Amino acid sequence: MNDANLLYTDVETALQESVRDLLTDRCAPEKVIATYDGDRELQPKLWRSLALDLGLAGLLVPEERGGAGASAREAAAVLEELGRFAAPVPFLTSSVIATEALLRAGDDALLATVAGGERTAAVVVPFSTSPDELRATVRVDGQGALRGRVTSVAGAVDADVLLVPVEVADGVELHAVEAGAARITPVVSLDMTRQLADVDLDGASSTRVVEDGGDRAVRAALELGAALMASEQLGVAQWCLDTTVGYLRDRTQFGRSVGGFQALKHRLADLYVMTESTRTAARYAATTAADDDPDRHVAALMAKSYCSDSAVRAAEECVQLHGGIGMTWEHPAHLYLKRAKADQVALGNPQATRRRLGEVVDLPMPTT
Amino acid sequence: MTTEETVRADLKTRVDALLEAHDPATVERLDFLRAQFDAGLAWVHFPEGLGGLGLSRAHQTYVNELLAAAGAPDNDPRRNGIGLGMAAPTILAYGTEEQKRRFLRPLWTGEEVWCQLFSEPGAGSDLAAVATRAVRDGDTWVVNGQKVWTSSAHKARWAILLARTDPDVPKHRGMSYFICDMTDPGVEVRPLRQITGEAEFNEVFLSDARVPDAHRLGAEGEGWKVANATLMNERVAIGGNATPREASMIGFVAHTWRTRPELRRPEAHDQLMSLWVEAEVARLSGTRLRQKIAAGQPGPEGSGMKLTFARLTQQITGLELQLLGEEGLRYDDWTMTRPDIVDFTGRDPGYRYLRAKGNSIEGGTSEILRNIIAERVLQLPAEPRADKDIPWKDIPR
Ligand SMILES: Cc1cc2nc3c(=O)[nH]c(=O)nc-3n(C[C@H](O)[C@H](O)[C@H](O)COP(=O)(O)OP(=O)(O)OC[C@H]3O[C@@H](n4cnc5c(N)ncnc54)[C@H](O)[C@@H]3O)c2cc1C
Repeated sequence: MNDANLLYTDVETALQESVRDLLTDRCAPEKVIATYDGDRELQPKLWRSLALDLGLAGLLVPEERGGAGASAREAAAVLEELGRFAAPVPFLTSSVIATEALLRAGDDALLATVAGGERTAAVVVPFSTSPDELRATVRVDGQGALRGRVTSVAGAVDADVLLVPVEVADGVELHAVEAGAARITPVVSLDMTRQLADVDLDGASSTRVVEDGGDRAVRAALELGAALMASEQLGVAQWCLDTTVGYLRDRTQFGRSVGGFQALKHRLADLYVMTESTRTAARYAATTAADDDPDRHVAALMAKSYCSDSAVRAAEECVQLHGGIGMTWEHPAHLYLKRAKADQVALGNPQATRRRLGEVVDLPMPTT
Repeated sequence: MTTEETVRADLKTRVDALLEAHDPATVERLDFLRAQFDAGLAWVHFPEGLGGLGLSRAHQTYVNELLAAAGAPDNDPRRNGIGLGMAAPTILAYGTEEQKRRFLRPLWTGEEVWCQLFSEPGAGSDLAAVATRAVRDGDTWVVNGQKVWTSSAHKARWAILLARTDPDVPKHRGMSYFICDMTDPGVEVRPLRQITGEAEFNEVFLSDARVPDAHRLGAEGEGWKVANATLMNERVAIGGNATPREASMIGFVAHTWRTRPELRRPEAHDQLMSLWVEAEVARLSGTRLRQKIAAGQPGPEGSGMKLTFARLTQQITGLELQLLGEEGLRYDDWTMTRPDIVDFTGRDPGYRYLRAKGNSIEGGTSEILRNIIAERVLQLPAEPRADKDIPWKDIPR
């Protein structure tokens, strides 16, 4: 497990540069801020460029199944850039989580359309669900249609097709539902760059994607989501660090650069060290997932625990160290604070994650 | 074969030849170590003829694995940490051919232990303020002054010494760097007892100690430059070796938690796991740093590693005492001793807790490391330096 390559390959660096160029061009902070005021003009075009022009939708899918044949490492590299821009696109929910569920479930027809970027998918669970506490609340009614309500679903707003874990007598099945057949109610979310929705299924017709072990597929998908979201959190932390350092270097008070005050220099030095550790944790989770290394489960839990908290700390420091401007709607710092805080809670909060990690590495929480 | 495979095959041949000519089972330990040095298998990243083969540092791990598997002795690096980690790279970078040939071999084998005569009562973080004077007398220098916190001075044969040779220029410019003979009659070593009870470090009084000019490292007046090379190496050494999971301080607490269920408390669990995660991320960051260096992208992360290491050892050892409860109230032994090796983990939890406090002071305090990261990596403004341009002798003190 020590041989995992924790650096970036040339291919990954080139991929990051092309994503960064596109986002610099099309994903200006003021447009992202506008999504909070209900302006949803940015998303569809931006997502089409990323998914189709750059071909990112199918990164995780092997070529023979209609994808780009890259790996979790490249997907992580992309997420890092998306985090850096707080980009409001469904890459994590569709191209990572839903795609992984379909890869595991073996539905190649649907997979190919999602990989090709023609359709966008979302797994219908509350975004706060940790991979270890998946509960299916949707059931099949007497007519064979789906009934149930799932709240706070990420990616549903943008989805063409919903992947719904359905509780049946002997386990959990995974069903595909056309978005038009469900009632999708966008909710005002803490992080509007990944707006959540409540999904109501009032007798929706569906196709069964996987009969047995739907829960296994969804759990694996959520775990990969958490493992790679760490790279998004890295991108968030990196933006916060770079932006804060840049601002404090330029900002003058008391006749000198504020960045020269030692109290702040030390906080920024700590933030730098923490961000580099975040990179380590995120890269390790990505590379063990890519290699299907036996340590991938531990790596995912570590990354979720570490990177969730570090992104939040970086964003909170960013706001504080900007002073008044950091509190404004106009300055983009809040985009990162909201994204970081939402990511921390999503896919298993850090305390629950550490509790689970304790079981996995034989350091269990005492039973009282 | 790839170049990597060729290099490994060649190393294997060399190790086999060494083992063939010097069977570890029958040959004296020191004879084996000297032969290993002469075969270039001591530190393969050093040049040929000086114990190495001019390869990358990472290849030494492979050599060590082969030698350990064959039951060969090692040079017990913990006994001579300052020699191996600081004196050797400095001698390699700034020494004359003669100095390299004289000093490196017995340093590596451990026949001659080294210490570091840098800090003084008036010069710690501000190391460039050293007041120990070296005055030239023909071919030798006569040294007077006091050094402090000198680890291992009581067992050292040689010291790297920073002294002032020109008080008339600003402080950074008037220093020179020497190799000092610790058996010189002008050198007196007195133990300094630490919070652990033992005396790992010392005060060293230099009274007309004589150092031949042939033992100067680097040019006269260039001591600061040479000393910085030493300090860089000190910080790079941390996180420099691959270790398995839980091999660091966290291993003790994890072991306690696993084997002593009666000590487990729910309210400590999240802290335990947070520290476990941080320790593992730090370990992997060491791996990443080595990969960067091997790929020719040495970064500034070395200082960051030391900061993290110091903070984690302190937090983890603190948690360990709390977990132990009643047992944490006891201590193994306050008797004053002068230990042969510096071992952060060797003794009981109380010792580990107290010794860890030194980790954020020795080798540059954590505050100074944060200054360095802020200024060199993040390009933030430097601290004001009131005494920078004043001749050393005119600095108010
Ligand atoms: C266990 C141990 C072993 C050691 N071994 C050796 C050895 O073998 N050889 C040797 O030469 N030295 C050795 N040292 C000395 C060590 O390098 C110094 O103690 C250290 O550099 C700090 O210097 P000081 O003790 O004079 O503290 P000071 O420099 O006086 O610092 C006092 C406090 O002020 C802070 N401070 C100082 N300057 C600044 C600044 N600019 N900005 C912010 N904060 C600042 C420091 O971080 C510290 O908290 C050892 C120390 C210890 C604890």
